[in-house]
Amino acid sequence: MSTAPRRRRPDRTGGAVTGPAEFDVAGPAAVDPPVRTADRPAPPVRAGAAERAVLRLARPYLGRLVGAGLLAAATEFAGLALMATATWLLMSAAGRPPLDTLTVAIVAVRALAISRGVLRYTERLAGHDAVLRMITDVRARVFATLAARRARAPRSGDALSRLVSDVEAVQDLLLRVLVPGAAAVLVSVVAVGGAVLISPPAAAVLAAGLLVAGLALPVLATALTRRSAAELAPLRGALAADAVDLTHGAADLAAFGATDSALDAATGRARRLARLERRLAAAGFAVDAAGTLVAGLTAGAVVLVALAADVPGVLVGVLAVGTLSAVEIALALVGAARQRTQLGAGLTRVAALLGDTTTAPTTPPADATATAPTIPPGGATAAAPSAPPVGTGRAGEGGPEAIRAEAYEVRLDEVTVRYRAGGAPALDRVTLDLPPGRRVAVVGPSGAGKSTLAAVLTGAVRPEGGRATVGGRDLAAYAEDELPRVVGGLLAEAYVFHATVRENLLLGRPGAGEEELAAAAAAAGLLDWVRAQPAGWDTVVGEEGGQLSGGQRQRLALARALLAAPPVLVLDEPTEGLDPTAADAVLASALAATPAAHSVLLISHRLTGLVGLDEIVVLDAGRVVQRGRHADLVAAPGWYRDQWLLQEAAERGYLALTP
Amino acid sequence: MNRRPFDPRLLRRVPAARRDLALLALLGVIAAGLVVAQATALAALLATAFDGRLDRPALAGFAATVAARALLVWAQGTVAARVAATVKAALRSDLLAAVGRHGPGWVAGQRAGQLATLAGRGLDALDAYFTGYLPQLVLSVTVPLAVVARIGLADWSSAVIIVLTLPLIPIFGALLGWQAQAATERQWRRLSLLGGHFLDMVAGLPTLRAFGRARAQVDVVRRMADGHRAATMRTLRIAFLSALVLELVATLSVALVAVPVGIRLLGGGLALQTALLVLLLTPEAYLPLRAAGSRFHASMEGLTALNDAFAVQEGAPAPTRDGAAGARPVPDGRGEIRFEAVTVAYERTTALRDVTLTVRPGERIAVIGPSGAGKSTLLGLLLGFVTPTSGRVTVDGVDLADADLDAWRRQLAWVPQRAHLFAASLADNIRLGAPDTPDAALSAAVRDAALDEVVAGLPEGLGTVLGERGHGLSSGQRQRVALARAFLRDAPVVLLDEPTARLDSASEAVVLAATRRLVAGRTALLVAHRPALLENADRILRIEDGRVTELVPTPAGEATR
Repeated sequence: MSTAPRRRRPDRTGGAVTGPAEFDVAGPAAVDPPVRTADRPAPPVRAGAAERAVLRLARPYLGRLVGAGLLAAATEFAGLALMATATWLLMSAAGRPPLDTLTVAIVAVRALAISRGVLRYTERLAGHDAVLRMITDVRARVFATLAARRARAPRSGDALSRLVSDVEAVQDLLLRVLVPGAAAVLVSVVAVGGAVLISPPAAAVLAAGLLVAGLALPVLATALTRRSAAELAPLRGALAADAVDLTHGAADLAAFGATDSALDAATGRARRLARLERRLAAAGFAVDAAGTLVAGLTAGAVVLVALAADVPGVLVGVLAVGTLSAVEIALALVGAARQRTQLGAGLTRVAALLGDTTTAPTTPPADATATAPTIPPGGATAAAPSAPPVGTGRAGEGGPEAIRAEAYEVRLDEVTVRYRAGGAPALDRVTLDLPPGRRVAVVGPSGAGKSTLAAVLTGAVRPEGGRATVGGRDLAAYAEDELPRVVGGLLAEAYVFHATVRENLLLGRPGAGEEELAAAAAAAGLLDWVRAQPAGWDTVVGEEGGQLSGGQRQRLALARALLAAPPVLVLDEPTEGLDPTAADAVLASALAATPAAHSVLLISHRLTGLVGLDEIVVLDAGRVVQRGRHADLVAAPGWYRDQWLLQEAAERGYLALTP
Repeated sequence: MNRRPFDPRLLRRVPAARRDLALLALLGVIAAGLVVAQATALAALLATAFDGRLDRPALAGFAATVAARALLVWAQGTVAARVAATVKAALRSDLLAAVGRHGPGWVAGQRAGQLATLAGRGLDALDAYFTGYLPQLVLSVTVPLAVVARIGLADWSSAVIIVLTLPLIPIFGALLGWQAQAATERQWRRLSLLGGHFLDMVAGLPTLRAFGRARAQVDVVRRMADGHRAATMRTLRIAFLSALVLELVATLSVALVAVPVGIRLLGGGLALQTALLVLLLTPEAYLPLRAAGSRFHASMEGLTALNDAFAVQEGAPAPTRDGAAGARPVPDGRGEIRFEAVTVAYERTTALRDVTLTVRPGERIAVIGPSGAGKSTLLGLLLGFVTPTSGRVTVDGVDLADADLDAWRRQLAWVPQRAHLFAASLADNIRLGAPDTPDAALSAAVRDAALDEVVAGLPEGLGTVLGERGHGLSSGQRQRVALARAFLRDAPVVLLDEPTARLDSASEAVVLAATRRLVAGRTALLVAHRPALLENADRILRIEDGRVTELVPTPAGEATR
């Protein structure tokens, strides 16, 4: 019945390509336990607790939800009463009584016929309204939990889309399980009550039928659905892995002549899955068949019992038709039970994200919203007056201006980072001194630990050993909102929001004026592009920055970092995605635009433009293997010189092979 | 988008499903008959019950039709699920076979992700279509027909009213559906913006946190979610309205039938049994049409997946390499490799321009150049993944365009930049394409590739099963697995694509040593990235902007100038 409008979903396919590594984890021995990542059904024991956790959020909307449930019950009851009354009317008419004895029933039939439709309409609106209000809370809570966590948020498209569909599982739990389930139970009770008034023995038969349809069959359906899921999941997971292997590994398979055997294996698995699906369907639909049987047999039994109890003929008809309708309504519980079983996994994941309510305030203090830069969706700004304000004026106590006066010296002393206990260290006893005004580059092969170093400075990763201090204070002593005002910049995988260029930039410094924006954009080489856009600063950049080229996107992220201008500026691959000439120009102008008193930590895989820096640190497998100025490093054998020669060769067209 | 309720291509593409689909239609006809039979029996039962008597044959008939309907529900569900399973299995094989047929050049990039998702879980959306919608679609044709026929026999004037009002359901359904669609589309941009906001914020959380704005954004997320709710409700009001109107149309139609029946009954012009039959059957005529309509939305995802699967097969280029493989010449890998004025143009860029090049047997050639210059394309040409736009590539005088590619590839060992590892045991990953390799040869390859120390550290050695995409191994270890594959192949021609990119120095040293052992005594094309790799090269080629130039080594002193 879902007529819910289309929602934007992340690209499921693109996300699947992303590897598991989130920072460049160093070390050849950094080994995960080899595990298959097939879906497993959620443990059933926790599903109930997850439901309760989710439903606690429904409390503020309990009135609305109960209202929706009552309306749903009224809708179903109107349908039942309509058939029963119409039958009574018809059978009474056969006795050819005076017309006026039927008037009330005629009016009732008309009223019931119209009200059923209207009741259903209001029920659906009320239910959706209540549930969507609750979803609003769920989203805010989930986001608050994720924001409060220091751990990294899910980054792959798959994990993100799962998050969205999990939140929607809450909607299904209420609209497809609880509301219709409660309505079915209520109508069943009322139907039995009505039958008691006519004939208690017949009512007993009806009650028995309803118990089978509304209790026994749903229990059976739950068990079958759970079993099917458990049997199907491993095979579906394996098939999904086959599909990945055959597509992403197509080149490897073709080159080694293994395409046909891999294809045979996958086809065989697809066939086995089909066989299993057929077998499970035969069991599953037996429950539906039993439902049909229960409805008909109960009606037949009711007629038999009612006639034996000498119930008047007209009422026998009412009972029979009413029974068919009532059992039909109770059978909705079978569908609800199936739905509920399927929601378990999603609800468990959502409940885990709702768990810690103490660290996740649902509403920040009122003044925080006034000064905080906020990212509304791009198109909303022009059209909607409700668009959230973008902070005006520099944030008083916490603005970058207040901090700049002070000196912030960064010191890393023998810092060691390990992502997995017992694994190879991502950083191994790294020492670094970054006093105000100093400019240091960190270079090295992929996976050497460069981004981990940046993550330590920004507080995203806590060292396992050694000391990391800023201004003499341990990094861990900084409040979460305090550190970004001191250390920040362009970090790995900088995100461009689906908002205007201005809003994306203002995230760096709320309330920055047009001139400041222009200066930062100019330094990042973005200004000409902005000026060329018809909407200028209000150009909306697409979903995940998709309407920008890779280069413009990078420049936008760099401009934002330059605008933020923290005293300790970290630039992680600021020129990634730019061609060499542009990269050199942008790096030079970015460094020139940074105030002289600010220190800079530049992470780069390119070695051009590092001549003027105070120090270059070469990392390899988490260790500092070389350090010094460019001239010294080029003169000494080692990674830096090798790389420098090769880069020169590749970019300039001549080559030196040996010293 | 295809919005037809049934895609006729299904019959053509999945012949195995034809019989079950026909069976499904037949079951729909029987179901309609049973609806009529059950109502007839119930009407007879209640008409006699009116007089306080029990009509035993009618009760037995009613029970029998109920049992038959139950059986039919089961059969319909089972057959529908069988069709779904058959179609999914067939489409999966077809999709994956298309990948095999068209080769890695076609499947590369974004398309690989789409295909993997579609062939994996995407097609499972067809379940809802086949088991939920399609049987209902059949019933929406057969049941109204059967009901009209039965009522026509009993009381033709009622049948006329039904025939006249029945088309109102699809007509109103279509009109209101368009209306709802238009309303949704008017709101769509706003809805997708607001709906996507949550996702945008979660995806950008690390960036928000980096600027210390994550917590402040919570309230905005709430407000945007609330805006999304308000906008959604606006569209739902219209969408639900169409359901209301359809229900009212059906109800009023039933009333149009019932009122004259009641009046005639009151006047003695109609038997109670007939009146009951009309009352019981008339709503059944309108029900399946509405049910099918309401289930259409839920089945859209399945239809879209079906459409995508067909589009993949139709959009794929016709396989050019058909024909008996035996008839094609097999080039000898120990012969000379020649590129003759080869140009490779992709959709937007030209990867190679007019490249002429000769590789003599046993030569080790290093290829350098900036990324994206066409280095990998050069190797792709030799692997047969890429076909020249103009010019030709010959090996031992045989044009690769005519050659038996499978036989030619058996003479190639390829170490890609990032080898794909499979969700299988480590041994099977190394024995790729040669599953019958004796253990001795396998362990020799493992040793040559310096993989033995890695194997020793794994819980089950070579029997260790890797995760999806080889999850569980580091880049350096993966690269050694790729080298072990190449050693095992023992081929006369070796193609290496930056085998030490992405490795730290310790791994690089190990892989380099293994690489040197691998290229010894073979013809080798080495896309290089580190100076250390160039040391063993006989010639060095530089590719820039699709053009190849040969380099002459110069002393280091000049390079740092």
